[in-house]
Amino acid sequence: MFALLRPALVMMGSFTLVLGIIVPLGFTALAQFAFPRQANGSLIERDGQVVGSELLAQGFEGPRYFHPRASNAGQGYDGASSGASNLGPTSAALLEAVQGRLDGRRGVAPDAVTMSGSGLDPHISPENALSQIPRIATARGVTPQRVLALVEQHVEGRTLGVLGEPRVNVLRLNLALDAQR
Amino acid sequence: MTMIGWAQIALVLLLVTATAMPLGAAMANIAEGRWRLPGEGALYRAAGIDPARGMGWRGYVLAMLAVNLAGFLLLYALLRLQGVLPFNPQGLDGLSPWLAFNTAISFVTNTNWQAYSGEAAMSYLSQMAGLAVQNFLSAATGIALAFAVIRAFARGSTSDLGNFWVDLTRVTVLLLLPLSIVFALMLVADGVPQNLAGYVTANTLEGGTQTIPMGPAALQIAIKQLGTNGGGFFGVNSAHPFENPTPWTNFWQSWAIIALPMGLALSFGRMVGDRRQGWAILAVMMLFVVAGTWATYAAEAGGNPLHLAQGVARGLGNMEGKEVRFGTSASALWAAITTGASNGSVNAMHDSFTPLGGLVPLFLIQLGEVLPGGVGSGLYGMLVFVLLAVFVAGLMVGRTPEYLGKKVQAREVKLAMLAVLIVPLCILGFTAVAAVLPMALSSVQDAGPHGLTELLYAYSSAAGNNGSAFGGLTADTPWLNTTLGIAMLLGRFAIIVPVLAMAGSIAAKPRLPASGGSFPTHGPLFVGLLTGVILILGGLQFLPSLFLGPIAEHFAMLAGQSF
Repeated sequence: MFALLRPALVMMGSFTLVLGIIVPLGFTALAQFAFPRQANGSLIERDGQVVGSELLAQGFEGPRYFHPRASNAGQGYDGASSGASNLGPTSAALLEAVQGRLDGRRGVAPDAVTMSGSGLDPHISPENALSQIPRIATARGVTPQRVLALVEQHVEGRTLGVLGEPRVNVLRLNLALDAQR
Repeated sequence: MTMIGWAQIALVLLLVTATAMPLGAAMANIAEGRWRLPGEGALYRAAGIDPARGMGWRGYVLAMLAVNLAGFLLLYALLRLQGVLPFNPQGLDGLSPWLAFNTAISFVTNTNWQAYSGEAAMSYLSQMAGLAVQNFLSAATGIALAFAVIRAFARGSTSDLGNFWVDLTRVTVLLLLPLSIVFALMLVADGVPQNLAGYVTANTLEGGTQTIPMGPAALQIAIKQLGTNGGGFFGVNSAHPFENPTPWTNFWQSWAIIALPMGLALSFGRMVGDRRQGWAILAVMMLFVVAGTWATYAAEAGGNPLHLAQGVARGLGNMEGKEVRFGTSASALWAAITTGASNGSVNAMHDSFTPLGGLVPLFLIQLGEVLPGGVGSGLYGMLVFVLLAVFVAGLMVGRTPEYLGKKVQAREVKLAMLAVLIVPLCILGFTAVAAVLPMALSSVQDAGPHGLTELLYAYSSAAGNNGSAFGGLTADTPWLNTTLGIAMLLGRFAIIVPVLAMAGSIAAKPRLPASGGSFPTHGPLFVGLLTGVILILGGLQFLPSLFLGPIAEHFAMLAGQSF
């Protein structure tokens, strides 16, 4: 048994040093050099202040902004505590939550009344965005056509025409709303 | 289901099939010593290893256990002590003994069950030097063991299964490390963070604040997929926009989950000198992946009938727990391959899948993690089923069964059965106990049949070394941390020992030339037979539990019942 002690310890020690310290530190330097914006969280700045990350949903509640999907990350949209509802398909609690988000409407896009997997889903479906236009146009005192044009500019299609689903980045769209005037 | 949804699925599977050939060739080159590592001699000398010395099955297993034990102890210590160690900008405390025990076993056994949430619990040092190192080594351990088992079939009348230390080193440095670095750079380019900074506080548009997590994520995510580990850097794994930001990263991560296990099937064909044998095994693996994807996609794209009745449009389908950028098609494919492959990372929450959509990943785990299974462990698990299929065929025609010119006799079949029975024993035994134990039941989130499925899924995932979860279960309790830890250990090592013993016994047999009476093991007939054996021997014992859980829930849902 003791014959195995030395190889096990030397191998484990060398692998930890190489794979756990040298390679990740070297790779971090490479990533910082090659893709500094992405490697640091794709942060968005406005007037010199970090206002969020392009990749993470942030909470919007007021009528003047597009709303992201409901979130179970911490108290909602907490980047330090990603999480889903994990409620099962026959869960009464889930039915109740969906009923509340429907708020009497019918034919609503499913992503508008469900929680995402991460609680930080930065996107909504184009249908979900379209359904929010009247509220935003009223709150901002602009024509729905202007808001619609903005939404259409922000619809991201499938990668290579195949991969993924069409979607709208809520934070980018809301920043564009604010920049309009 | 839509054509474009199927096109996404087809693209991933075509790419996997195309890359299986060069990857299979590369792994065969490493296994057969054609690719060596420059300067490796210095490492072996320092470790006191003679790289030229072949090992018997016992020696191979003991060396494997020794390095895994050292890895477990080191990781456990690191997790307990992370609070006083460097690279911890968030000042996170050490883990509790139960959680550290569970997590260390989880990563050493290539399971990557996570009873913690990465961004809230793990320091960067624990992630890089603890968890990621085990991601490399547990994957390399699996591939090394597969090499040993393949050699048993490729060689005749020998006890030499190769040298574990050499296999481990070369697989890690020549295969896993370069692939991971290239893949990780692709991930960073699309938005996966790779830094050592503390978390950033953003001032949101509506005047609030939001914490934005950081960390050296990309490299760890690359190896977590390539090594079929599956442990996320962040809590929600590859559903997190930092872990899997775009459909493009999702495409490549889906590829990475099954690329190496599928490739190993072809390495097997090359090494035993008959490539058709590898393709037959790959065909069976692919068959289950396609069937599983189809069933999950159909269930998820159809939506949740209870919600449709409330007035939700069908749209993309059941979107609870799913991300808009992936939709139901990419989420269904991921669910099938991550459980077929013993990976266990998720890009959507299985707990919120429709009952039948959630049954598929559960059943794919229960079938023994051979479709295509974990890197290495999938292939040696599959070879166990192959021997049993050959044995069944032999019984049907009344001849001594043979596989690749090796006679399959009582000892091999007994060891194969032992390996096949351990997982169901663990899963059903632990679930049965948990289902009546208040201490375990308090962890269950959902009422009704779904609650049972949460427990069944947890023990299936642990014993199958998968690592995905029905996340509603509160897993960080002493009871679950301990019993799931034991299930993970048994599901890994209690299979490896009989499988390697079986390999030792096969290696000792001479390779007889094929005769006219040999049962061909490369055609459609054998593919069908192997599929049937996997379903019956691997799956039948779980049927009652599946009826009590997801199937009962499905019919309750159709009847409009909620819990």
